[in-house]
Amino acid sequence: MKEVKTPSKLEKILNAGHLAVTSECGPPRGSDPNVIINKAKMVKDHVDAINITDNQTSVTRLCSIASCIHLKLMGLEPVLQMVTRDRNRIAIQSDILGAASFDINNILCISGDHQKFGDNPKGQNVFDLDSMQLIQTVRYMRDEGKFLGGDDIDRPPRMFVGAAANPFADPFEIRVPRLAKKIAAGAEFIQTQCIYNVEKFKLWMKLARDRGLHKKVYILAGVTPLKSAGMAKYMRNRVPGMDVPEQVVKRMSGVPKDKQPEEGLEICIETIQQLKEEEGVAGFHIMAIEWEEKVPEIVEKSGLYPRPRIN
Amino acid sequence: MIVAKQKPLEEIIEELQDYTKILVAGCNECVTVCEAGGKKETAILASSLRMYFLNQGKDVKIDEVTLERQCDHEYLEEIRKVIGSYEAILSLACGVGVQFMAEKYFSVPVFPGVDTCFMGVTEERGVWSERCQGCGQCILARTAGICPVSRCAKRLLNGPCGGSTKGKCEIDKELDCAWQIIIDRLKELGKLEQYEQLSPIKDWSTERAGGPRKITREDIRQ
Repeated sequence: MKEVKTPSKLEKILNAGHLAVTSECGPPRGSDPNVIINKAKMVKDHVDAINITDNQTSVTRLCSIASCIHLKLMGLEPVLQMVTRDRNRIAIQSDILGAASFDINNILCISGDHQKFGDNPKGQNVFDLDSMQLIQTVRYMRDEGKFLGGDDIDRPPRMFVGAAANPFADPFEIRVPRLAKKIAAGAEFIQTQCIYNVEKFKLWMKLARDRGLHKKVYILAGVTPLKSAGMAKYMRNRVPGMDVPEQVVKRMSGVPKDKQPEEGLEICIETIQQLKEEEGVAGFHIMAIEWEEKVPEIVEKSGLYPRPRIN
Repeated sequence: MIVAKQKPLEEIIEELQDYTKILVAGCNECVTVCEAGGKKETAILASSLRMYFLNQGKDVKIDEVTLERQCDHEYLEEIRKVIGSYEAILSLACGVGVQFMAEKYFSVPVFPGVDTCFMGVTEERGVWSERCQGCGQCILARTAGICPVSRCAKRLLNGPCGGSTKGKCEIDKELDCAWQIIIDRLKELGKLEQYEQLSPIKDWSTERAGGPRKITREDIRQ
């Protein structure tokens, strides 16, 4: 068992050797807090922590920090997703402190989709830092108790620092070196891109294990249940860096439309069950996009329920 | 070179509506190479303008000149003796030339005839692409000679992102992923292990972020 460095419940669960379960909720395109509160209610008893996405696919939404605060007010454990697309290093450090002032204890550091995909394709992007440098920044603020500028922070943030990894993007040969680089930057947990190509994911895990990386970082395998054959095809053809093998598309297309959601859930549960035994997989990140109500079923049928109680 | 493309004729006409004596000024440097504002383009544009105003029944005098450069005093000075006979100048130089012209001939309206786009190369005739954003602190030594600042859509110093697919960028299937090229080059050079060196947080103060830039060299200053 490693030493626990933060008050994060997610860190404690992983550190205790449990398979962790996280999920994500996308904030609304408006200011109604009930959207995020209701999504959180659907998943709260079946997951250890809930990621709040940060203007995902560059579409403007209620901000991640405010959404995380709503979760904190419900007594839940948020994972603050933060992209470097929209903030310079002043805003990044300021937002980290803002989140820390509400004792938000987990952060996922990502660069973010290019704004071209969103509702403001004509806007500027920032990218003052990239995702690795954001990881370094949070670790520096936490571990050294200092701002990037060198001044001391009064009550430094105490965040468990995560990063994303996409085992399926190109070029494949640097996908494990890239994981190693994120670990070197200071990542303590990883949430992966959605896994449909289980064999390729296992190969990535094997290469990671060959370098002992699974002992340096907690890897949470990402899954997203498919709602329809159309969604499978869309993800295969349109979502950059997504690997949906032909056999998955065929399996979804092979059942009548009204049975496809069920089939998608079945595939998702099978994926989790296959990967539960994979050495180095420390848990699962279930991204049920606008389908949060199915998370309890996925968690229960995957044998990941009840969740451990840790204070 | 600086790569530019000519503005649509309608936009240029709109700019020049109020004038009857116009000098169209081309430039013999970058905009000649990228075929946006050299001697040939100046002649064609001047003819198009003459034709347009003639068709409108307007008596507009359009003259043309192509200077060696519009970013140096000595060449810009060449038109000082004639500048008084024009109400406006349409400069086909890059934004640098247009401004230097405006600064030098302070009382004369100067309009841009091209959109200045980037610093780049001629991939083949008719195809130009970006290579440098003048960040003021070159990092090519550690990126195998390929620049992620100008060629990665997210300017990632530790790329590639998860959107790199089959060597192409997530924002455009026609656009090469800069990090794929960096990795291919590192492999070619037998230095793939360099990939794992973390690129530190960049000092952007030498870039646009630090305000307008200036270099003064006392050793050669006269």
